[in-house]
Amino acid sequence: MAPLDDSENKKPAEMMDIRGPDGDPLEIPRLACDAMAESKPYPAYPEHNLKLGFPGELIDNWQEVAIAKMGELAKKNRAFQVYLDACVKCGACTDKCHYFLGSGDPKNMPVARQDLLRSVYRRYYTFAGKYFPWLVGARDLTKEVLDEWYAYYHQCSQCRRCSVFCPYGIDTAEISMAAREIMDSVGLGDKYCNEIIGKVKDVGNNLGLQEKALAATLEGLEEDIEDDTGISVRIPLDEKGADILLVTPSADFFAEPHIEGLIGYAKVFHEAGVSWTLSSYASEAANFGMFIGSYENMRDVSLRIRKAAEDLGVKRIIFGECGHAWRVAYSFLNTLAGPFDFLDPNYPVPQHILEFTWNEIQKGTLKLDKSRNDHIRLTYHDSCNVARASRMGDKPGGQFEIPRNVLKAVCNHYYDMDRDTIMESTVCCGGGGGLLTDEIMDIRVKGAGPRMKALKQVTDDFGVTHMAAICAICKTQFSKVMPKYGYGMDSILSVHQLVSNAIILGGQEVEEDAAPQGDAAAAEAKQ
Amino acid sequence: MSTLYALLYYVATALLVIGLAVKIRQYARTPAPLKIPTTPAPTTASGVFWRMFREVVFFESLFKSNKWIWLFGYLFHGSLLLITIRHLRYFIDPVWWWVSFEQPFGIYASFGMVLGLAGLWGRRILVERIRYITNPSDHLMLALLIAIALSGMTMRFLTPTDIIGVKMFFLGLLRFQINELPDTPALLIHLGLVAVLFIVFPISKLLHAPGIFFSPTRNQIDNPREKRHLAPWAAELEK
Ligand code: SF4
Ligand code: SF4
Repeated sequence: MAPLDDSENKKPAEMMDIRGPDGDPLEIPRLACDAMAESKPYPAYPEHNLKLGFPGELIDNWQEVAIAKMGELAKKNRAFQVYLDACVKCGACTDKCHYFLGSGDPKNMPVARQDLLRSVYRRYYTFAGKYFPWLVGARDLTKEVLDEWYAYYHQCSQCRRCSVFCPYGIDTAEISMAAREIMDSVGLGDKYCNEIIGKVKDVGNNLGLQEKALAATLEGLEEDIEDDTGISVRIPLDEKGADILLVTPSADFFAEPHIEGLIGYAKVFHEAGVSWTLSSYASEAANFGMFIGSYENMRDVSLRIRKAAEDLGVKRIIFGECGHAWRVAYSFLNTLAGPFDFLDPNYPVPQHILEFTWNEIQKGTLKLDKSRNDHIRLTYHDSCNVARASRMGDKPGGQFEIPRNVLKAVCNHYYDMDRDTIMESTVCCGGGGGLLTDEIMDIRVKGAGPRMKALKQVTDDFGVTHMAAICAICKTQFSKVMPKYGYGMDSILSVHQLVSNAIILGGQEVEEDAAPQGDAAAAEAKQ
Repeated sequence: MSTLYALLYYVATALLVIGLAVKIRQYARTPAPLKIPTTPAPTTASGVFWRMFREVVFFESLFKSNKWIWLFGYLFHGSLLLITIRHLRYFIDPVWWWVSFEQPFGIYASFGMVLGLAGLWGRRILVERIRYITNPSDHLMLALLIAIALSGMTMRFLTPTDIIGVKMFFLGLLRFQINELPDTPALLIHLGLVAVLFIVFPISKLLHAPGIFFSPTRNQIDNPREKRHLAPWAAELEK
C-alpha cells in the first residue's frame, strides 16, 4: 500500500518517539517447552464458586466428577464431541495462536492446547485410549494434568483464530470453555471470571458499581459534555418508556479511553434525536459466563438484559463497544433470553452501536468535521470476537466494513495493518477470554506481541500514531501493554471517541482551532 | 486362505459400516447448543452448502493456512479418490465406461499418493512444531497408508497378480460365496492392510471424514438474530 498523497505531512516514527517492536508480526518462534507452565491466574475463593453453583473448593473425588463431566459435555455439545474426534494433527494451526507466537511455549499451539484435554478424553472414552494409551498419547487424569489445564486453558483468549485456519474448523475456544467448565465443576474456578460473574448477579455489572454511584458518574459526564460543547447532552439512566435500551460494558463508565466512547454514543443519540436509556439493573454488556463455558451462568446474565428491556418498556436494544459482549449479544442473546417479540420487529435484536451510527451517517443526520481528528493517524484493531464470531449489518463481513466506514467518515488519515493480522485473521489483543487480570501480565504482554509488531509496521510506513478498537477488553489490555512496547498508553482509542471528536452538535458554536475534547494525549502527539 | 480373507472382509466391512453409522448417529444426535459459525459465514443454507463444498473439495481453510500441508494433503486425498474409483472395477460387472476410462489416471495417482504421504510424513518428522504434536499412532497411520500404496503398486508394476481371480473373489463376496483368492504375497499383504484400515477407521482420527460435515463452525448458518436457535436440553431450562 502506498502512503497515499499526504506523504509530506507524514511524521516519521522517530519524531514521535515510538520505539515499537520490529519484525514480522507472524514470525514463528523456536519451541520453548514449558516456558509458560507457571502462568496461572488466582483460583477463585469458595464464595465466588458457590455463588455460581460450583463446589467451593477442589472436591475429594474430583477425578471421577471431572471425567463424568467431560462425558456429559460431549453429549450436550456437538462441537466438543466432533472436535475431540476429528483432529488429524496436521499441524496447520500450530503457528496461528498469538500466545504461541509470543511465548514459543508449544502447549500454546492450538492443537497442543486441545490435546491437553483430548489425551484425557481418549483415555476414558475411546477404544484406542483405553487399551493402547501410549499409541494415541492418552493419559490418566492426574493432579499434574489438572494443573496443566489450569495453566494453559487460561492462556487461551477464546479468540478463534485457530478455527479459521483448521481444515475442519476445530475451535480451540470450545475446548477451552469446556475445560474451564469441567474445572469449575470440581471446584477449581478462576477468581477473575467467577468473582466478576458474582458481581453481575448481585449488582448488575462487572465492577460492582451501585445504582447511585452510576447515576452520579453519568451526571458528571453530562456536565463534562456541556462544559466542552456548550450543549446539554443527556445520558439517561433507568428512564421508563425510552425507545432504546443501551447495554454497554461497565468499563465505559469509568475507564479511559472507554468513557470517551460512551460520550460518543450519547452525542450520536442526541443528534439522531432518539430517546434512549441505560439500565442500572443490566448495566453490563460483557458476559463472562461465556469465558467459563457455563451456559447456565451465561443465561442468567443475559436474562437480566431481557428483564431490563421489559421493565423499561423499550422498543430496541443496542449494545455498546465490546467484543465478547457482542458475540454473546449477536450470536447467543436470542437463544439465551429470547424470543424478543415484545420489541419493535423493524430492528434486529440486538443492534450494535456501530450499526446505528453508520446508519445515521448514511442518513446524514450527523454533522461531522473530520479535520478535528487530523492530529491522529489511525489504524483499527479488529477485536477477535467481533471479527470471527459475529456480524454487523446484513452482509457477511459487515463487522469489518462498518467500523472502517465509520472511522473513515470521521478521520482523514486511516491505514490498515498487514492483511494477515486483520479482519478474520486478526490477532487478539492478548487480554480476552477472561485473561485480563494482572497476575498473568506476562502472557498478556507476550500475546500482544504480534499485534504490536503489525502496528509498528504501519507506524513505520505511514506514521500511524493511534489504534482504535471496539472492545472494552482490547482497550484496557492495550492501554496496559502498549507502554511495554514503546507506545503511549493513550495510543488506543475508542471508535466512538473519534466519532465524538468529529461531531458538531446542533447549535454548537464552533471556534476556530477548537481542540478536540477528551483527547489530551492525542493532542500531545501532535506537537 | 480364501476363507480367512473372506471372513476378514466381512468382519472389517461390518466394523467399518457399523462403526461409522454409530459415530454419525452420535454426531447427528448431539445438539449444538449455540450458534458458533466462524464468521464471516454464509447467511443462507445454500451459502453454507457452498462453504462446505469448498472445504471438502478444495480444502479451502487449509489452503489459507499452510500451502505445504495443503499441497501434500491435497495430492494424497486427490490421488486416493482416483485410486478408489479405479478399484471399483473389482466390484462391478460389467465395468462402467467412466471407470474404464479412469483406469490410467488411477494408476499414476498411486505415485501421487505416495508422494503426498511422504511429504506429510517428512513434515511430521522435520518440522519441530508438528513433531511435537505427533503421537505414535500418527506415524503408524502414515505407514499403513504408504504400505497399502506400495503393495498395490508392486502388483501393478513388479509382480502382476491374477486380477481376474481377485475380481471373482470380491464379486463372490458380494453374493455371499467364497471364491478362490489368488495367493500372491503382495496381494495378501495389500488386502490385509486395507482390512486393517477399515477396522481402525471408526476408532481413529480418520473420523475427520464424517466429522467435517458436523463441524458447527463450518456448517451453521449465520442468522442468530433472525431465527432463534435452541437445543432441547436448553429448552428444558426455560420451563
Ligand atoms: S489444524 Fe485442525 S486438524 Fe490440524 S492439527 Fe490443528 S486442530 Fe488438528
Ligand atoms: S482460540 Fe485463540 S487463544 Fe485460543 S488457542 Fe485458538 S488462537 Fe490461541
